Amino acid sequence: MQDIVEINKFLETQFRQNEDRLVSVSPGFIGNLRREAMHNFSVMGLPDRKNESYKYTPLAGAFATEYAMQLIPSKINLNINEIFTCDVPNLNTRLEVILNGFYFSSDNSLLKLENGIIIGSLAEAARKYPDLVSQYYSKLADHATSSLVALNTAFAMDGLFVYLPAGADLQNPIQVVNLPMTGLDTMLHYRNLFILEENSRGEIIVCDHTLSPFRFLTNSVTEIYAGKNTNFYFTRVQNEHLNSNLITNLYINQEAGSHVTTNNISLHGGFTRNNITITLNGEGSENNAYGLFLADREQHVDNYLFIDHAKPNCVSRQLFKGILDNKATGAFNGHIMVRKDAQKTNAFQTNNNILLSDDAKMNTKPQLEIYADDVKCSHGATTGQLDENALFYLQSRGIPRSEARMLMLTAFVYEVIDKINIIPLKDRISHLVGQRLHGELSRCNNCNMNCGEIQPS
Amino acid sequence: MSGINLEVKPGEVHAIMGPNGSGKTTLASTLAGRDFMEVTHGSVTYLGKNLLEMSPEERAWEGIFLGFQYPVEIPGVSMVNFMKTSVNELRKHKGLEPLSAGDFLKYMRDRSQLIEFDSRLVNRSVNEGFSGGEKKRNEIFQMALLAPRLAILDETDSGLDIDALKIVANGVNRLKTKETSTLIITHYQRLLDYIIPDYVHVIYNGQIVRSGSKELAMKLEEKGYEWVRSYVNGQEQ
Repeated sequence: MQDIVEINKFLETQFRQNEDRLVSVSPGFIGNLRREAMHNFSVMGLPDRKNESYKYTPLAGAFATEYAMQLIPSKINLNINEIFTCDVPNLNTRLEVILNGFYFSSDNSLLKLENGIIIGSLAEAARKYPDLVSQYYSKLADHATSSLVALNTAFAMDGLFVYLPAGADLQNPIQVVNLPMTGLDTMLHYRNLFILEENSRGEIIVCDHTLSPFRFLTNSVTEIYAGKNTNFYFTRVQNEHLNSNLITNLYINQEAGSHVTTNNISLHGGFTRNNITITLNGEGSENNAYGLFLADREQHVDNYLFIDHAKPNCVSRQLFKGILDNKATGAFNGHIMVRKDAQKTNAFQTNNNILLSDDAKMNTKPQLEIYADDVKCSHGATTGQLDENALFYLQSRGIPRSEARMLMLTAFVYEVIDKINIIPLKDRISHLVGQRLHGELSRCNNCNMNCGEIQPS
Repeated sequence: MSGINLEVKPGEVHAIMGPNGSGKTTLASTLAGRDFMEVTHGSVTYLGKNLLEMSPEERAWEGIFLGFQYPVEIPGVSMVNFMKTSVNELRKHKGLEPLSAGDFLKYMRDRSQLIEFDSRLVNRSVNEGFSGGEKKRNEIFQMALLAPRLAILDETDSGLDIDALKIVANGVNRLKTKETSTLIITHYQRLLDYIIPDYVHVIYNGQIVRSGSKELAMKLEEKGYEWVRSYVNGQEQ
């Protein structure tokens, strides 16, 4: 199934075969959205090579397998501590698990804390708080314009729901671990919804992992509403095996005076595409979008950003760095839109890449669309090798060449890692990146499942 | 280059002078192991070993130090981390335990005082944002930390004002022992007022055309490189 038309048909058939259950299992508003979204999908189909946004990241390969659709929760007696320790020493986090696209918990799947904070299963939240969820669900992630979002909207059953009422402080960060763990090639759609009312603050860390040696395609959607004067930090760490195909669609809407920082660390995986859409929808809001990716062998990583300056006096900063070795390929697209009314916009973008081999390839494209006339925007992209003069300088001081390379690569990535505001997490990621650069991190770290070294099929 | 014949004994200071493009930096880089040039004939013996077969880091372990004409900026790599790694690599080669962070900082402080180096600079990335003078002084600081047996200083004086020149020269003189040798590469005689060479060699068109005592440098300063040119041309005719 290499042809995109065939793939589209396969996906439509999957929906039709499961339509009754998909629609009946969720509250009415989600059921209706599924039908609408699937209709939109059948009109659009998956983006093909002619689509400019997917020119360097053709999807046919990732979708080629006749995956099983995971539409019911897995009945696995999982002791999360036994098989998985995403240990960040000295970091007190609330650990949440999404297993095969479903919120996993042994007892209560939706928790309401004394201060009004709600954390837990999105499916459960939609049943329990339909008014709250329906007000936000699918309002950012547009299933009429993105067929991947449409696909997720049609199939996604569950995910993490977080609600911070006005003035709430999450205190300890939430760590969400996405675990695909099935006995056959599987397509997964999970969906997160985070709502931050005004003056609230919080930190959420999302870890994408794989736990069994099968071929996975994950197509996730995360919607984040950052209300007035909120502070939100979002970190994503991707560490999957070579047979994993990961597509993430992140949508953030920021109201006036809000500060949101995202940090996207792609450590390992077969195929990764991150779509990040940020709307600065209130005056004085500020967004920092940072990212780091490390790719070798035949891995592919693509970060596609769209920053929409819809209101005046907002600031956005993008910094994405990548290291590519062997035959790895990468892409970066940073689209900054400054609307006509968004005067006094400050928008900055940097993408730096290092190629460690002759066969590695990087495509980078800054894309600035400016309709206001009083703005400050900058962009810069570099792709090159390690500086031979610097390597020689280090070697001439007795540092072996391999160590000199490592010093320079570590220095290169540090600029991004340094932006992580949670110190124990920063140390942990710094350690993981170090391991990765030393070639020691070739499969999901900290996992005792021993998937072993999996070659792409 | 062809016709470089040079013997440097322990405790000696040799100066190599010559006009632009005569091969001074090529010679220094070859000795340090830079691989952009190929040695097609001749040999270099260092402490009884074939130097040309050694990698740049092996040469450093054996005590060779190159003070760069243009020290390289390496953003993100801190001076402290760089020098700690470097010093401990040299110690490893000598079979010594690596210095702990505390011991290294103490060692670094001592050495920076010895050569009057502003130790605040060690908190920055390697050479990043350093002035021309600071970069050159940083080379001498690294030399002080690594305590080489053979220091090759490639135009360490260029870009220095007279005060900085004195400080750099004082540093080199303080680091000098009976066992260490120094090869000073320079355009001008000026530096040699502060670091007194035992021998002066004049390099021209890729070969050493004259060797002599300190007076040769004085003569060169007085008559200019034109004098060397006419001398060489006269010999050829």
